[in-house]
Amino acid sequence: MNSVATPQRKKSVWTKMGRHWQFYLIVALPMLYFILFKYVPMYGILLGFKRYRVSKGIWGSPWVGFYQFAKFFKNPSSLRIMYNTFLLSMYALVSSIPLAVILAIALNETRSKLWRKSVQMITYAPYFISTVVMVAILMQFLDPALGLFNTIRGLLGKESLNYMGEAKLFKHIYVWSALWQNTGYNAIIYLAALTGINPELYEAARVDGVNKFQKIWYVDLPCIQNTIIIMFIMNMGFVMSLGFEKAFLMQNPLNLESAEIMSTYVYKMGLINSDFSYSTAIDMINSVINIILILTFNKLSKIRSKEGGLW
Amino acid sequence: MHYKQKELWEDRLFNLLINIFLTISLLIVLYPLIYIVSCSFSNPQAVIAKKVWLFPVQFDLISYKAVFTNKQIVSGYMNSLYYMVVGTVVSVLLTVLLAYPLSRKEFYGRHLVTKLILFTMLFSGGTIPLYLVVRNLGLYDSRWSIILPNAITVWNVIITRTFFQENISDELYEAATIDGCSDIRFLFSFVFPLSGAIIAVLGLFYAVGQWNKYFDALLYLQNQALYPLQIVLRNILIINRNTPSMTVDVEAAIRAQGLSETIRYAVIVVASVPLLLIYPFVQKFFVKGVMIGSVKG
Repeated sequence: MNSVATPQRKKSVWTKMGRHWQFYLIVALPMLYFILFKYVPMYGILLGFKRYRVSKGIWGSPWVGFYQFAKFFKNPSSLRIMYNTFLLSMYALVSSIPLAVILAIALNETRSKLWRKSVQMITYAPYFISTVVMVAILMQFLDPALGLFNTIRGLLGKESLNYMGEAKLFKHIYVWSALWQNTGYNAIIYLAALTGINPELYEAARVDGVNKFQKIWYVDLPCIQNTIIIMFIMNMGFVMSLGFEKAFLMQNPLNLESAEIMSTYVYKMGLINSDFSYSTAIDMINSVINIILILTFNKLSKIRSKEGGLW
Repeated sequence: MHYKQKELWEDRLFNLLINIFLTISLLIVLYPLIYIVSCSFSNPQAVIAKKVWLFPVQFDLISYKAVFTNKQIVSGYMNSLYYMVVGTVVSVLLTVLLAYPLSRKEFYGRHLVTKLILFTMLFSGGTIPLYLVVRNLGLYDSRWSIILPNAITVWNVIITRTFFQENISDELYEAATIDGCSDIRFLFSFVFPLSGAIIAVLGLFYAVGQWNKYFDALLYLQNQALYPLQIVLRNILIINRNTPSMTVDVEAAIRAQGLSETIRYAVIVVASVPLLLIYPFVQKFFVKGVMIGSVKG
């Protein structure tokens, strides 16, 4: 215990490692996973600088420098794809936070425990519906002939509308269905922040005779402000890594101009057109943008609060 | 309590607004779900005639019969159960094996390992390089291609490590090691028995993810016999749909003949039931998981 007093105060690294050699045995398997499925593929980004030939492998294929990258930026649709990705992400992010905060506040304010529990449980349930089923539900409800939305339009005397085929509507359908599915889940974190508020603040507010609107405005919101900002900043970092699954399923020839995003384009170029090098290059562009965004916003969140940031 | 009188009308208005908001939220979430279930239990003709609004019309199990006799759906169901169970066990095990040493300061090199795994959150080789690795390892078109390539989620490692740091005290670790308990034995005799809560959370996150995802199967599977449910669903619900066209009437006429409409609703119900059924019982663990995650790792 009194190692400070002994002459060799600093034990060698090997002694420290040797004493706990079993730790290395324990992490061996998970680390093997990271090496095989995370680090080895990083070697594969060389593909982006080559013209891949299956017969020659990654290393043997000819170098082409930044040819693949230039190809992407020369492509007239590249800007539109990046814009679509950015717009869709931002729209989803900006609309999801306020709604989740309002739901959390409303849940936190209801007096009846049973009512609160039921609303919470039901609004949270759609989170468990898979993307495939979610998109299938959208297609059922928005169907031009039999969908519920068009039935209602019919009752109102309006013409049937092919919602999924309208490029303009794609982003709204995408985001609003996400709100339907995820708001209950997103509210959990704000609800947790609200329950963590010091009750003395409420006591003080009551003594000052504030009404409930003022209580929300002057106590609740300032108290969860940090959580909101951190959530916003952290999500900003992932703006370009918008998931493949939902957009891909919602795509059809009619809405493609606004439904094509980076991840779906990467998939199509790589696995459908088999242009491995081009696909890898686009993936890399996206990765680089992501790193810049994540590092920037991580810095910002650290400035905002000492506890903030992912690391 | 003499503040009470002053609170009256504003607070009443507030409570009213809150309750209106909650009621509307509840209805918006609930109505589509009820509508889907009701359509699935209705007679196909009634659905096509647009008679269903809230409850099933002419109660009929014909759609469910069609679903459960569909070989693809049954096989997809079985495959998904397999991927969910095996995948969850593998993922939870790997996550705990990594998080436990990372939670011990005696583990020399833990900062380096943490950095190495966090880096993979920032940067990855991308879709195609991973695809090539999966092919070269001989996993392509096998069940392992669904289970292994995305087995560990870094975020889950971080919350598990945080949980261990907070719930397994240094005193316990020191007392055990002084008594001659090795690091491996400590894992089995103390860490696992003390981490029921976090293992439930991890299991849930991984199980839900595994049940719902389809991208890996799209990339790595060719053999239809190995398809998970989500891929089968995609084929039935999304690809086999008429592509959107302007000829609305013709489309309706073709579809009016068949069951196709109610079958779709029944498929949606059948696919979502396993998770929605267990959800009320595991909800508190899920909430707990989100909470642990919100504490900085």
